[in-house]
Amino acid sequence: MTRLAKPIVFALCLLPLAWLAYRGWTAGFGAHPQEYVNRFLGDWALRFLLTALAVTPLRQIGNWPQLARFRRMLGLYAFFYVVLHLSSYVVATHFFDWAAIGKDILKRNYITVGMATFAMLTPLAATSTAGMVKRLGAARWKKLHRLVYLAGIGGVFHFFMMVKADWREPLLYAVILSGLLGWRVWRRARVKG
Amino acid sequence: MLIKHVRARDPLSSEITPRAVFEGRRRLLKAAAAAGVWAFAPAGAKAAKPVRGEPIPNLAPWPKSLSEPPTGYELATTYNNFYEFGFDKEDPARHSKSFKPRPWTVAVEGHAEKTGTFDFEDLIKPHQLEERVYRFRCVEAWSMVVPWVGVPLGDVLKRLVPTAKAKYVAFQTVLRPEEMPGQRLPLLKWPYVEGLRLDEAMHPLALLTVGMYGERLPNQNGAPLRLVLPWKYGFKSIKSIVRIAFTETEPPTTWNIATPREYGFYSNVNPQVDHPRWSQAKERRLGDPFFSPKRPTLMFNGYAEDVAHLYAGMDLAKLY
Repeated sequence: MTRLAKPIVFALCLLPLAWLAYRGWTAGFGAHPQEYVNRFLGDWALRFLLTALAVTPLRQIGNWPQLARFRRMLGLYAFFYVVLHLSSYVVATHFFDWAAIGKDILKRNYITVGMATFAMLTPLAATSTAGMVKRLGAARWKKLHRLVYLAGIGGVFHFFMMVKADWREPLLYAVILSGLLGWRVWRRARVKG
Repeated sequence: MLIKHVRARDPLSSEITPRAVFEGRRRLLKAAAAAGVWAFAPAGAKAAKPVRGEPIPNLAPWPKSLSEPPTGYELATTYNNFYEFGFDKEDPARHSKSFKPRPWTVAVEGHAEKTGTFDFEDLIKPHQLEERVYRFRCVEAWSMVVPWVGVPLGDVLKRLVPTAKAKYVAFQTVLRPEEMPGQRLPLLKWPYVEGLRLDEAMHPLALLTVGMYGERLPNQNGAPLRLVLPWKYGFKSIKSIVRIAFTETEPPTTWNIATPREYGFYSNVNPQVDHPRWSQAKERRLGDPFFSPKRPTLMFNGYAEDVAHLYAGMDLAKLY
């Protein structure tokens, strides 16, 4: 069973994408398909990012050391959905209108934050292999990968700044993220003190 | 001039697909579904067909209607910003089924000779209903082409005889939290209010609207009575109106109260003045292919020749 756990989680993480493809094939994406696809992928990018950030707290709270081996996969899936989300923005939302995209990045705060978040996650994905951990050295690698906390905050802010009036969903993500980061701060303080 | 004139032989949009024909098609589809032909289609994927409204007879065509094909009925009635019924685009169609648009009265107040409470039908009845195909541009940078049914707002307002003190007209949406779930959440200040300068309200393009696609307005599109102001962003076109007041000072408007930096009183469509969240230079025309460029947004949504004089000498970057 434990041998199968990784492939099972790997397949589960592809379910949102499979569902998107199925819906596109059968029912279409509704009245504003570009927006639908972009939001769907953005939602899942954020969910995977928070799930990856939940691994360590769950592992420690639940005394569940086996969870650690899913962390890299979940983190990479978060990046995978971020890349798809960004691609849909370039290809579907703007249809390669680079001038409009450039202006968006400079002028639209939520786009600026979203791009910054993508920029933070890229080196983390690039250094996710065992070889890269070795090459960087564990201490430096760990330091670099603390960027994920900032990326989590960036992702939630990106969502928060996008909504016009209904901030309930981004608030939910903010609460979850605060819990995940707050727990780390609290534990660190307790261990030190 | 981008407004194209309709030739005399052009059909009304309501005539393009006769009712009996599409209803017949639908029956056929249902029969096919029952026969198991669609066994592999996902349940509910296409099942939520909108219930069509009651057709409105005796519509006069409007010579300046767009000749572009209207956005599909299903699309225009399932992708709506009507926060009173919920905050997602599909919510209004989903949550407005128990809303009762009749009987319906409108309170007329303020600086006018004829004030009081009117049945909305009595406000409309003296005028010839027209079908007008307008561009509809949302501040969120998407757009539709919609065949509206209504009468010029100015004609109705004139019959109410505004006095010399009337400089603005304020409008208010119905407040019925028991029928409108969005109003139970304090995410906007309810009831929704909007306003126009009197000369804007009197402009012949301002349409007091009772229908679309040749039929009565569906609840999710602002039944039974709404404004359509084609040169302004969609949120100015207030829905389900219960109050019209002639005022001396600029009336408050809901989105301006919520976020004054983002939404001004005028909210004219203007590709040169960006919204902090959306570039207004281009728009996504709903119904265009998935992979297609956005279309350039036109000054005053393409109605500049008609309305630009209303704003002569104004700094539109400041008075957005």
